Amino acid sequence: MHTEFLMGNEAIALGALAAGVHLVAGYPGTPSTEVLETAAKRNPGSVYVEWSINEKAAMEVAAGAAYAGARALVTMKQVGLNVASDPLMSLEYIGVKGGLVVMVADDPGPISSQTEQDTRTFAMFSKVPLFDPSSVQEAYTMIQEAFEFSEKYGTPVFFRATTRVDHGYEAIDVKDEAEYKKLPVEGFIKDSSRWVIFPRLSVVNHAKIERRNAALSDTLSDYPGNQILPGQGRKGIASHGINFTYVQEALTEEVPLLRVATPFPFPERKAVEFMEGLDEVLCVEELDPVIERALTYVCGKFGLKTRIRGKLTGDIAPSGENTIASVRAAIDAFLEKEPVAAPQSDPLPPLPVRPPVLCAGCPHRASFYAVKRAMQGQKTIFCGDIGCYTLGNAQPLDMCDTCLCMGAGLGIAQGVFHMEPDTKAFAFVGDSTFFASGITGTINAFYNQADMTLVVLDNSTTAMTGHQPHPGTGRTVMGQVVEKVRIENILKAIGLATVEIVDPLDHKLAVKTVKRVAAEPGVKAIIFRSPCVAITKPKARAKVDPERCVGCRRCIDQLGCPALILDGKKAMIDTSLCTGCTLCEQICPVGAISGGDRDAQK
Amino acid sequence: MPKNENIILCGIGGQGTILASKLLAAAAMKRGMAVKTAETIGMAQRGGSVFSHIRLGEDVHAPLIAPGQADLIIAFEPAEAVRHLHMLRPGGRVVVSTRPIFPTSVLVGQSQYPVEEVIDYLKTHVEHLTMVDSEQAAKDLGSSKVLNVVLLGAAIRSGALSLKEEDILEAIHERVAERFHALNENALKYV
Repeated sequence: MHTEFLMGNEAIALGALAAGVHLVAGYPGTPSTEVLETAAKRNPGSVYVEWSINEKAAMEVAAGAAYAGARALVTMKQVGLNVASDPLMSLEYIGVKGGLVVMVADDPGPISSQTEQDTRTFAMFSKVPLFDPSSVQEAYTMIQEAFEFSEKYGTPVFFRATTRVDHGYEAIDVKDEAEYKKLPVEGFIKDSSRWVIFPRLSVVNHAKIERRNAALSDTLSDYPGNQILPGQGRKGIASHGINFTYVQEALTEEVPLLRVATPFPFPERKAVEFMEGLDEVLCVEELDPVIERALTYVCGKFGLKTRIRGKLTGDIAPSGENTIASVRAAIDAFLEKEPVAAPQSDPLPPLPVRPPVLCAGCPHRASFYAVKRAMQGQKTIFCGDIGCYTLGNAQPLDMCDTCLCMGAGLGIAQGVFHMEPDTKAFAFVGDSTFFASGITGTINAFYNQADMTLVVLDNSTTAMTGHQPHPGTGRTVMGQVVEKVRIENILKAIGLATVEIVDPLDHKLAVKTVKRVAAEPGVKAIIFRSPCVAITKPKARAKVDPERCVGCRRCIDQLGCPALILDGKKAMIDTSLCTGCTLCEQICPVGAISGGDRDAQK
Repeated sequence: MPKNENIILCGIGGQGTILASKLLAAAAMKRGMAVKTAETIGMAQRGGSVFSHIRLGEDVHAPLIAPGQADLIIAFEPAEAVRHLHMLRPGGRVVVSTRPIFPTSVLVGQSQYPVEEVIDYLKTHVEHLTMVDSEQAAKDLGSSKVLNVVLLGAAIRSGALSLKEEDILEAIHERVAERFHALNENALKYV
């Protein structure tokens, strides 16, 4: 044992390694990404780690490993679980031999996600047991228990943590590498009555799962993570995950507390024990009212008179992230305490809005700007997608009319075209997103005769989540150099007649290419290829000649590059941010900007 | 020494708040203190407002600090200091870099940044205020990349932390490449 200062996600990875995990697969997504990265970085050498092309692939790879009797970990964010849900729903019916833990990061707020979906609800739907840790230290130990549990009951198990646990840091005790479990892998044993899902097998296994989960409710009532903390009075509080720590921070007196670490199967016996002698229970939860519904159900089932309060009764906000302050206010109201008056403060001065923006020198800015210029005056729709380039929606670019989920922009562009054939439909997709879920959309468009310009924004990395490799990079997370999968080859193989590869930082050529390609019928593609500036070291910086600058603000108003600022009435370049991409030099009407070098950026 | 210490670092993605938070945590661990921190990671990194909460001491459950409970706010930018001021406890200290950073939203007229009003608000609403002229610091030190360490040094010298300069220095030596040690040492002692 030794002590380390770890991020929650790092602790989850080290816990999995300590549990003797053999295979880790996942797809990047905030706030889950660091789990797989840490598993790769701290790999004792015996673990197979991969960034899969999407969550569905990761889930299937992990299922194969677990069929062979190995321990496997799959990592993803909550919306990734939607992608992986097809294999997972069926996998629960088949079961596993080696332990399989599905680590899903939920994101109350949401801080960096499309939805506030709750994997605890998904656990109920898929019948997969779920563990929900409250702290970094607990995440480390709980994931080890999750592996044991999965193997013991032959089921995949969810390990769900939320952003504040995933991205919280704590100094915790962790095992040395020599203490890691070393488990043999038996290998896959053929048995078509076990591994081949047919309706006949499903109905038998479904019955077994329902019986098992009913029994697990009782077993989990003795699980130490499901915990009652005694207190005074006839009012109690039930909570989970990081919210439990907010409750502890907010309380000034000892109130009976229930912490639920396994919301599914719900520890009913434990809940009955907790509610004995309580008139009311406040459920402090984030995302769905899972504990609140379960306790309400338990009260009905066991004829208890306890009144259950929470989100459904308006005592806790139905959406968004809870905070210590919001939890304190809810508890004070519940305990009928005088609310502490918020200190009076003077109104704040106006503060600048600081949304995340495309980096200075980002090639996506040049790509968007080229399409914008080329299509000016025409009826267009610009369908965006998930990645840094979603930030192309901001002013002044304003080049993202829709964004739904990974790969959806391609389908949406086609749907709009079929209803409005006079609209020039564009789908923008990043390189990693193209591999994850853009290929089927392209084939769909080609087969169904849509008229669409596919714009692949290829910056040769998965930028938004921290520069993970993907099939187009020719590197793996294990450090192997492999054959690159070339996007242009895929597009040509589908049958696209026009696939242009252009450097978006060559502004004139980029505009000319877009004009020409967009005018062609059918599905055609432009690959804007230029590396992410965050992983290249810029060698040149542009500067504005104040003598020549006429203060027209064209560079600032059109590009919105954070390196372009004002010095009085004239443009100025913040050299600590500039990468020398030259886009502003190319659009300055008086040639006042120079010094960049777009080739040096690569 | 107070039982727990609550510190907030706030600024703009890319300014080095995360490294500063790591240095504080490492320094506190050397003192044998329990440490919990929370960071903004992901979407908010790219030029957006970011913060780190750092909690030192045994009697801490959550990694986040409640409003009105921060002993110290280290702000890398004046507007960000004001944005987090409601977190400061009465009598707490604010260490702030005075150089404003204008986001594109201000340049294209989508939001306002009245710098003087913001600085005045800090001066009139913070009893214990340390203002750091970061532009001058960058000139004197020959680098704008060590603003985080300049601010940590100012915080230590203000007496708002139980940590000592040598604790931070040791943490720097462990976490920063050797060729930058002298620069960081000068930065730490700058204010």
